[in-house]
Amino acid sequence: MQIAHDILLRSYRSMRTIRDFEERLHVEFATGEIPGFVHLYCGEEASAVGVCAHLSDTDTIASTHRGHGHCIAKGVGVEGMMAEIYGRKTGVCHGKGGSMHIADLSLGMLGANGIVGGGPPLICGAALSHKVLKDGGVAVAFYGDGASNEGTTLESLNLAMVWQLPAVFVCEDNGYGEATGASYACAGTQKARAAGFGMPYFDCDGTDFFAVHEAAGQAIAHARAGHGPVMLHVHLARWYGHFEGDAMTYRANGEVARERSEHDCLQNFRKHVTETSLLDLSALDDIDSNVKDEIEAAVKAAKNAPLPEPADLQADVYVSY
Amino acid sequence: MSKKSFRQAINEALRQEMQRDPRVILMGEDIAGGQGGSAGVVDAWGGVLGVTKGLYTEFGAERVFDTPISEASYIGAAVGAAATGLRPVAELMFVDFVGSCLDQIMNQAAKFRYMFGGKARTPLVIRAMYGAGFNAAAQHSQALYPLFTHIPGLKVVVPSSPYEAKGLLIEAIRDDDPVIFLENKVMYDDEEEVPDEPYSIPFGEANLTREGDDVTIVAFGRMVNFANEAADRLGKDGISCTVIDPRTTSPLDSATILECVEDTGRLVIVDESSPRCNMATDVAALVAEQAFDALRAPIRQVVPPHTPVPFATVLEKLYLPDAARIESAVRSVMAYKKAKQDA
Ligand SMILES: Cc1ncc(C[n+]2csc(CCOP(=O)(O)OP(=O)(O)O)c2C)c(N)n1
Ligand SMILES: [Mg+2]
Repeated sequence: MQIAHDILLRSYRSMRTIRDFEERLHVEFATGEIPGFVHLYCGEEASAVGVCAHLSDTDTIASTHRGHGHCIAKGVGVEGMMAEIYGRKTGVCHGKGGSMHIADLSLGMLGANGIVGGGPPLICGAALSHKVLKDGGVAVAFYGDGASNEGTTLESLNLAMVWQLPAVFVCEDNGYGEATGASYACAGTQKARAAGFGMPYFDCDGTDFFAVHEAAGQAIAHARAGHGPVMLHVHLARWYGHFEGDAMTYRANGEVARERSEHDCLQNFRKHVTETSLLDLSALDDIDSNVKDEIEAAVKAAKNAPLPEPADLQADVYVSY
Repeated sequence: MSKKSFRQAINEALRQEMQRDPRVILMGEDIAGGQGGSAGVVDAWGGVLGVTKGLYTEFGAERVFDTPISEASYIGAAVGAAATGLRPVAELMFVDFVGSCLDQIMNQAAKFRYMFGGKARTPLVIRAMYGAGFNAAAQHSQALYPLFTHIPGLKVVVPSSPYEAKGLLIEAIRDDDPVIFLENKVMYDDEEEVPDEPYSIPFGEANLTREGDDVTIVAFGRMVNFANEAADRLGKDGISCTVIDPRTTSPLDSATILECVEDTGRLVIVDESSPRCNMATDVAALVAEQAFDALRAPIRQVVPPHTPVPFATVLEKLYLPDAARIESAVRSVMAYKKAKQDA
């Protein structure tokens, strides 16, 4: 599939933004200034971006506890996100959600989710909305290999098939649910699970933007055309701990280092576009330096932003009460 | 205006709201009824409760969805659909089944608005039947409204009659927050005059079904009927009672409860849910804290024992509050004399 120039540039920018956002959080978290849990998406950028390259604001996604990448790929601004993670009033959720609950429904971003397996049922509902309202949208559930063992996920695969929903189930398989390997926790295969529901299955190397873009394009087109739901199984690796502060004693020596050197989606992207003369590296270097400034500004703004006020405690529990 | 059953009143509310607003959709197990069966019939059942009968025929497969027996996925789908532009009414059959989908209600629907900084709207109604009295035993008889009342972000409705059910359900469907609407399964065939046209009853405004000077009785759902029965009998003996039907446990019309207790000085609370951390303890705490000086006798709670709901008829009768027990509670607060008078 030939990818348009502007999409290539935008996608590279998204991946770079996610990378820098996460790397910076890794550093800032260590200072103790960031409250709560933070789960980083480093190493997995090509998945969110390769999938979201096929989506617009009328399409819906549901994310996970590891949600920063999905948010950025779906267009949520880094300034509002950073402020949210710092628990500031200027955050996208006014400091009341935090890292695990960033959402922007106006962009079709139905939220990161603190509950493993929380997203797939919601995505059945969003897909139902697209179908009933006939707006041409598709709904995409990102979920991990760990979440693939939740009953909610398995029920949702069935429900989506029964209702023939325009839904895409993106299983981001990084090989671990917290400290437990997928090789231990997932019986059978994702492919066989999809087949068990009669659902078309696609898979791809999640560290290769072009592979994700290609597979996601086919998967999403299938759902968008009204042919029913699909599963997209993305193979990838996470570079940091399950959450910040995790020493990853359950991972073999050298595993992460190898992933970083051999499966860096950004390096691979640069290599690919140079080899195929798709883009000029200088354009990518410009993006790199722009993004660097943007993240710097976002962190600065977040640190200086006002905290929520006492009155915010009781605001927005209900629309009316 | 004509006589309608509790079931018909709910069906009519659903039909009229679906006619008014194309975004209102229904989903639940067997609610379209008979899909995929060998007889090729649709709309055979209208749900196991018969409440949605005829709606599939009227509104079709685009508005009325049968679901697999997958509470987590379809209640979750109702939440997701509500957050993205539809106004789903999902039927959870027995409220006891909430164990299979509590996350979707408690951690998703209830939390979206707050957690997302006021940007989400989740106009969802979950209907379910509750209550003992049908020999349905421990897993099909609970009155779980306190469980939902406990969760900020949810609104909880317990209608006490067909008239109330229609008006409160219409309000629930038009409301922009997630609403749990609980129907007492023993009441489906209860009948009363119900207006044919649509009307709504606001949440958080209690209804006084009896007014009197001596004792305030606060009762929930089906218990309102028992409280009325007890009040009428007591009236013949010269004891006059106010009966409050709060209609919704969240929001709760605490102002009306406090006002009535200020007037009568005595309070009996009737609640068919399990006695620990239920509506009776909630109302008792409210009054003890805010109307202590008005009380002329201890607050009395007429509630079941702290046990699962039993199966055998004799035991279930013992379990459930009834008019006789309310009557004796009222008599006991009337007879109460302070042991130690003020010095
Ligand atoms: C219902 C539920 N169970 C457990 C947890 C704790 N938990 C948070 S993330 C996680 C691992 C999820 O693994 P996976 O789905 O593979 O996603 P990954 O972290 O690898 O991105 C667990 C067990 C939770 N948040 N929710
Ligand atoms: Mg994982």
